[in-house]
Amino acid sequence: MAPSKPRSKSRNPLLIPGIGKFSRSKMYHKRGIWALKAKHGGTFPRHDPKPAAPEPASKKPPKFYPADDVKTPVPNRRKPKPAKLRASITPGTVLILLAGRFMGKRVVFLKQLPSGLLLITGPFTVNGVPLRRVNQAYVIATSTKVDISGVNVDKFDDKYFAKDKKKAYKKSESSFFETEKQEKKLPQQKKDDQKAVDTPLIKAIEAVEYLRGYLGTKFTLRSGTKPHELQF
Amino acid sequence: MPFKRYVEIGRVALVNYGKEYGRLVVIVDVIDQNRALVDAPDMVRGQINFKRLSLTDIKIDIPRVPKKKTLIQAMEVADVKNKWENSSWGRKLIVQKRRAALNDFDRFKVMVAKIKRGRAIRQKLGRLKRENAV
Repeated sequence: MAPSKPRSKSRNPLLIPGIGKFSRSKMYHKRGIWALKAKHGGTFPRHDPKPAAPEPASKKPPKFYPADDVKTPVPNRRKPKPAKLRASITPGTVLILLAGRFMGKRVVFLKQLPSGLLLITGPFTVNGVPLRRVNQAYVIATSTKVDISGVNVDKFDDKYFAKDKKKAYKKSESSFFETEKQEKKLPQQKKDDQKAVDTPLIKAIEAVEYLRGYLGTKFTLRSGTKPHELQF
Repeated sequence: MPFKRYVEIGRVALVNYGKEYGRLVVIVDVIDQNRALVDAPDMVRGQINFKRLSLTDIKIDIPRVPKKKTLIQAMEVADVKNKWENSSWGRKLIVQKRRAALNDFDRFKVMVAKIKRGRAIRQKLGRLKRENAV
């Protein structure tokens, strides 16, 4: 018979995990093994075993046998999924950063990166926050949304934000006493990217009254305000 | 010194504790020393302890335990809704609810408005002071 798709559902419904409804003989009948056998003259069809690859003639005995049995570690097949995005965070949402260098600033959310981190921008000219990655856990999502349709964020991913590897300096006497001057200049490419993202955003922000001032102000708590009672 | 708001049939009260917190109800009967039978147009009639009620100034004219239709009619005639919303107590509650529902953006706008108002007041006051000092 032509190869067919394997059956997705078992023919033997589970009564309780570990106990099926039908016995071995009933299942033999249900699977139609009797029909297969009848079709092939009394025996179940078998393929000839594939010719095994010839063992390499010169197989040297190992040089070293460990004294105790070494346990082989169980292979880790776990692939971590990117963190599930909260329903309140959609592209264009204004977020409040709760930790880090820009604690308290209100920023615009652009998209979720494959690592699970959120890509945000101030915009830079409004509040000094550049294109940055931020963890969802350190963020409050407000219900204010900015129109983000004019912004193209396809080119940004986690590799864009990877740190440059520092060159391993040779530990010679002279370099020990020299102070390593790390030239940390922001490449023009990043500045251009920032501008490209921010210009359409700022147009959308200017369209709403008070929104630019809102994004420029930090979030503060005053005496008497109870965060758990605040609506964001 | 004497009391002005009495528990009587037709007295409108505000529930201040429990599942029905914040609801305006009408006392339609008194069960015993502690409890009243209470009803409202959008509620199933039920008993409630007097301690859970805050009496208001509003009283409507109803017979003891009226039918829902009669109750609603009597409330329309007495214009309970408008009287409540125009009273200072009612207005305060409405403002409280509005403030609690403010967005983060709304709170920012309120702050900006307060600053603008304060500035305008102080400017005017300064101007008046200068005029009157001379």
